Amino acid sequence: MPLLYPLVLSAALFGIGLYGVLARRNAVLMLLGVELMLNAVNLNLVAFDAWFADTIHTGQVLTLFTITLAAAEIGLGLAIVLALFRAVRTVDVDEVGAER
Amino acid sequence: MSATEIVFLLFAALAVGSALLAMTTNQLVHSALWLVVTLGAVAGCFVLMTAEFVAWVQVLVYVGSVVVLVIFALMLTRQQSTISAEVTGNRWTAAVLGLVAAVGLGATVISGFHGERIEGHRIGTARSLGDALFNDWVLPFEILSGVLLAALVGAIVISRSGTER
Repeated sequence: MPLLYPLVLSAALFGIGLYGVLARRNAVLMLLGVELMLNAVNLNLVAFDAWFADTIHTGQVLTLFTITLAAAEIGLGLAIVLALFRAVRTVDVDEVGAER
Repeated sequence: MSATEIVFLLFAALAVGSALLAMTTNQLVHSALWLVVTLGAVAGCFVLMTAEFVAWVQVLVYVGSVVVLVIFALMLTRQQSTISAEVTGNRWTAAVLGLVAAVGLGATVISGFHGERIEGHRIGTARSLGDALFNDWVLPFEILSGVLLAALVGAIVISRSGTER
């Protein structure tokens, strides 16, 4: 398989995720965009691991680490969003920005 | 073009299409469910790139827990007045920036890795990845467990301080 297939797919997913982070009004859906961008990075790591035929699987082990960090990030991020919702009764990032 | 490449291209098209729907649909829960399709398609791409263990971890952690967590958060933060437009006013700026990022990254990788091929000699089974993880990557693994613990304790503390007020 050409190395370019996963790399171009990863670039496309990263762009879509960036659009989601910047364009969404709901803070929870913003976090979904972050997850999509992290997944694009994972795709790159796995593609380069397979391309190098690495003996200690650097790329795939780093992908496992990234997935763990993404789980930690979404847990902490959603806790912050819930705290924000309790404080100002909204998760609309435009309204929160206008109030503060 | 081999069968692997055709299946990979199908998964790629599925991933990009469902990602676009996940980021643009106005239904909150549909957005999370389209993300499940995207992450599943990316897991399929992992399998085709001989990373089968990573693919199963992706399905377990992302589809199994992250999306469930997001759906819980969407239900807990449901507002009385539903927001009509789910996108901010600067959606066109965001679209241009996303397009610039995708085209820039795509052009960079195309110019840098044109003609390279993945042969797939070393299959990332659970055994080979476990060997690598616990022989060569033990210290980062342990540090990561500390990070995960700190993040979860932090999440609990942030949630609790909200209820006491």
